[in-house]
Amino acid sequence: MSGNMNLTLKVWRQKNGNDKGQLVNYPVKDVSPDMSFLEMFDVLNEELVQKGDEPIAFDHDCREGICGACSMFIDGRPHGPKEGITTCQLHMRSFKDGDTIVVEPWRAKAFPVVKDLVVDRSAFDRIMASGGFVSVNTGNAQDANNILVSKVDADQAFEAAACIGCGACVATCKNASAMLFVSAKVSQLALLPQGQPERMARVENMVAQMDKEGFGNCTNTGACEVECPKGISLENIARMNRDYLSASLT
Amino acid sequence: MSGSSSFFTSSLGRKYVMGITGIFLITFLIVHAGINALIFIDNTGALFNSAAHFMATNWVIRSMELVLFLGIILHIVQAVILTRQNKQARPQEYAYANANANSLWYSRSMGLLGTLILIFLIIHLGHFWVKARFGIPEGIPEGMNGEHDMFFEMKEVFSNLWVVVVYVLAMVSLAYHLLHGFQSSFQSLGLNHHKYTPAIKKIGIWYSIVISVVFALMPLYVYFFLKN
Amino acid sequence: MALDSKIPEGALAEKWTKYRSTVPLVNPANKRNLEILVVGSGLAGSSAAASLAEMGYKVKVFCYQDSARRAHSIAAQGGVNAAKNYSNDGDSVYRLFYDTIKGGDYRAREANVYRLAEVSGNIIDQCVAQGVPFAREYGGLLSNRSFGGTQVQRTFYAAGQTGQQLLLGAYSALQRQIGMGSVQMYTRHEMLDVVTVDGKAQGIIARDMVTGKLERHFGNAVLLCTGGYGNVFFLSTNAMGCNVTAAWKAHKKGAYFGNPCFTQIHPTCIPVSGDHQSKLTLMSESLRNDGRIWVPKKKDDPRKAVDIPEEERDYYLERRYPAFGNLVPRDVASRAAKERCDAGYGVGASKKAVYLDFAFNMDRYGRTEAIKQGLVNPSAETIRQLGKDVVKEKYGNLFDMYEQITGENPYETPMRIYPAVHYTMGGLWVDYNLMTNVPGMYALGEANFSDHGANRLGASALMQGLADGYFVIPYTIGAYLSKEISTKPLSLDHEAFVAAEMAVRDRINTLLNIKGTKTVDHFHKQLGKIMWDKCGMARNEQGLKEAIEEIRALRAEFWKDVRVPGSADELNPELEKAGRVADFLELGELMCQDALQRNESCGGHFREESQTEEGEAKRDDENYAYVAAWEFKAESNWELHKEELKFENIKIAQRSYK
Repeated sequence: MSGNMNLTLKVWRQKNGNDKGQLVNYPVKDVSPDMSFLEMFDVLNEELVQKGDEPIAFDHDCREGICGACSMFIDGRPHGPKEGITTCQLHMRSFKDGDTIVVEPWRAKAFPVVKDLVVDRSAFDRIMASGGFVSVNTGNAQDANNILVSKVDADQAFEAAACIGCGACVATCKNASAMLFVSAKVSQLALLPQGQPERMARVENMVAQMDKEGFGNCTNTGACEVECPKGISLENIARMNRDYLSASLT
Repeated sequence: MSGSSSFFTSSLGRKYVMGITGIFLITFLIVHAGINALIFIDNTGALFNSAAHFMATNWVIRSMELVLFLGIILHIVQAVILTRQNKQARPQEYAYANANANSLWYSRSMGLLGTLILIFLIIHLGHFWVKARFGIPEGIPEGMNGEHDMFFEMKEVFSNLWVVVVYVLAMVSLAYHLLHGFQSSFQSLGLNHHKYTPAIKKIGIWYSIVISVVFALMPLYVYFFLKN
Repeated sequence: MALDSKIPEGALAEKWTKYRSTVPLVNPANKRNLEILVVGSGLAGSSAAASLAEMGYKVKVFCYQDSARRAHSIAAQGGVNAAKNYSNDGDSVYRLFYDTIKGGDYRAREANVYRLAEVSGNIIDQCVAQGVPFAREYGGLLSNRSFGGTQVQRTFYAAGQTGQQLLLGAYSALQRQIGMGSVQMYTRHEMLDVVTVDGKAQGIIARDMVTGKLERHFGNAVLLCTGGYGNVFFLSTNAMGCNVTAAWKAHKKGAYFGNPCFTQIHPTCIPVSGDHQSKLTLMSESLRNDGRIWVPKKKDDPRKAVDIPEEERDYYLERRYPAFGNLVPRDVASRAAKERCDAGYGVGASKKAVYLDFAFNMDRYGRTEAIKQGLVNPSAETIRQLGKDVVKEKYGNLFDMYEQITGENPYETPMRIYPAVHYTMGGLWVDYNLMTNVPGMYALGEANFSDHGANRLGASALMQGLADGYFVIPYTIGAYLSKEISTKPLSLDHEAFVAAEMAVRDRINTLLNIKGTKTVDHFHKQLGKIMWDKCGMARNEQGLKEAIEEIRALRAEFWKDVRVPGSADELNPELEKAGRVADFLELGELMCQDALQRNESCGGHFREESQTEEGEAKRDDENYAYVAAWEFKAESNWELHKEELKFENIKIAQRSYK
């Protein structure tokens, strides 16, 4: 097909958590610009299997930018060169013939490599388990319209809640900080009346767990906000900082 | 809640310390630059010398000096701890990272810029403060009213071209440090809102440029126009 | 075994209330000793696990993803239905019940559906209490929108990410229980067999996908919340990992599979662009509220959409179904699109697409907005911009997604859409308690067959998943567990565990040792093509018989010639896929068998032999008003059991959306 491209991939291969790992070169031929980045990996993996090589392991699932599973550090940026999308939504028309593309896993102490491009992000789940919820048992709810929420607050809470937990913020932060992720959940619930009773305990517990997991600190470079596929704002981090101070003072 | 005890060792608590000391140092720079700028108004140095004398003898200011040093030390110590933690948070670096695509180089280089400023600070304190306060290696000559003739000392120090170059370069570092540091302090203190943050950012840029330029102009002005 | 659906006696509207207050309870001290295994962490799984743990049961949850939050419920876009009547448009529990039964083309159980409609309101209450940020009106009240197949506004939504927000709500409830130690979570674990003793489910074999270790887990009850099997078609809107394996293992251990051929083909998906395609992307059905569907009146019209004048466009849904227009149910919309494309009116390079056009409503919104803003004689450009802003506010993320995938700007040119496999109404047969015919084994959410009949209405999947997990299973599980309090936990060294683990290990080794020449995806794509062509939107006897033969041949070839690289004791995605595709190769055959025996058209199942003169689906209530529940006997050998469907509260009628 005309318009197809030949590319060179430099992909991080690492057998398991104990292996040292290295970048390996893979030429890929005849890549259609309509392919997604992951579909290109599918094609490459098919070839590797055919040749008797081990295919490249990578996390992926929904392939429509919402599950947050895909996680490649492409040409020095999480989810690749385009903003506002995940790796699965990146299409090859964003590259040109002859390009060399470097693909690495997320790198952070709190996200150890499992294999190749697959990392362990369970630290996020543990942070959520430490306080990312409203303590309401099933069956205890009042009628939904008894809780009034201003549209402005609801919209802002939704924007924070749009986080897909992919970890791009951690991956791109020079300090491997998880502040954007944590602050998004803290903010969502801080903005809603339902979140008020546990507001202070929540921010304290979640921050404590975040620190325990070994994420770095925030130096406000703003890289996370730029790379977040859902455009989560730094305002959330500021809100978390405010709440954390009030929590410590009370 | 148990939080208050762990506040200062938490990631967020440390950022508060960085932010508060940062804003404190930012205010100090305004005072410092303001007094020094007196040399542009009165090039006999009398005005400057009396202001410097007031600063050196007023007990309120003297006690603030202590707070200032504490602030600087806290700022530095926290920075060192944070930097170490941050390095540990990513034991293996990326083979290729295109950080310029998502952030400004100086926002990622605060440690380096800060270190340069620290080195400068040591030199600078040696030039003026250590001499004035402790007479090491020698005291500062007395002026007409018996106060330290800081103006004379300034002219002495800035008669050396190398010193002037070091000062100017240091002010470039300071400018970049402040460009990020100013708005970053507010963010760390939890002050970020689409209503006022654009204003903070704008003020920050002006502040960083004006302060650094005013400071850099002093050695240049003295070297070219006011040599002893 | 005779099928007993255990539907409580009494009037429809009172069945659930009465049953709920008479179902046996388990006292708190005993709950602590009862273990429940939940497989799958989507809406049904997470909500069930959290609710059961809150009640005091010991719960373990398994999911193949790296986090419970990534289950595919997250991808649901449009919304969740509830009979709240907040819109004051005459909605009621009965109406939601009626719409769902009718939408499902009278192939669902009345009692189950009524219960679903009854608890739908509680779901919204629960989710709001959890902090799910639903869309709101300026007054602070919840906002509703309309959806296909209904004439009321009862759909609650959070932009185009309702599934995500509901799942994160359930996930956070689950994480809370994990943090409290009442749920043990096993991520990157795949269930590979059910362990049964004396016909009762007593545990599972799960594979730790990172280390490859096979694990034995005991449970007094096993809840399969493992979603649908749309990936049997290879291309579908399901996530890449969605699979039938857990349900299929249960089926092979005795659980009947209900209505396997009932597949929902969603009308508004982005068309296939090439052979490399790995999955299809859905454009939310809510787009049909504001988009008009059309094709050119001329065959093979080479002009661009915008160059085709109004009078040369065929708005075929509005033409054929004036009462519902673009909002006809999914099956009807999908078939109509296929009919137009097959007749040669399709658009785009592949000619397998129709237009979904927002220009008309964009203009309408623009004019309303101009009036609101008090603009006198606004220019066409102003109207366009204002209209665009309104549409952007409503569907911005969907429009961006479309542009990302196709490279075309849907604000300027109509979207091209085509139907794609989306949901499977079929699933494990369950009774009113959501228990399969294997005691102790339950199926919730999309994994069961129960509530949607032959076609699911939009925004009802989220409703069902959460109804099952939050409000049904916590009560109905007592009916079984109250009798299990004296059952001792099965030793993990019990021969049933040993045998099951051995069988799983053997199968894995077999797959690895074939060392053939073709990849797993090769077989999966072949299977998908057979299924799509012959058991897809339209089915006929000859095609289905061919398909069965082809699938058998493909399955034989798979077990001779598949190549699975790597080893069993590491993260091995190819091995995982191989196991799943092997199960799809068996399921595909059963789907064709089921489609073959059901010689009527109903809902998503369209038998070409059974249609009216105008080409509308023709149901045959006399002969097919039953649930087909298949019992596995041996390879390619199933026995059909029929559960008669009785409609006592609803007048059964040929569906009409005209």
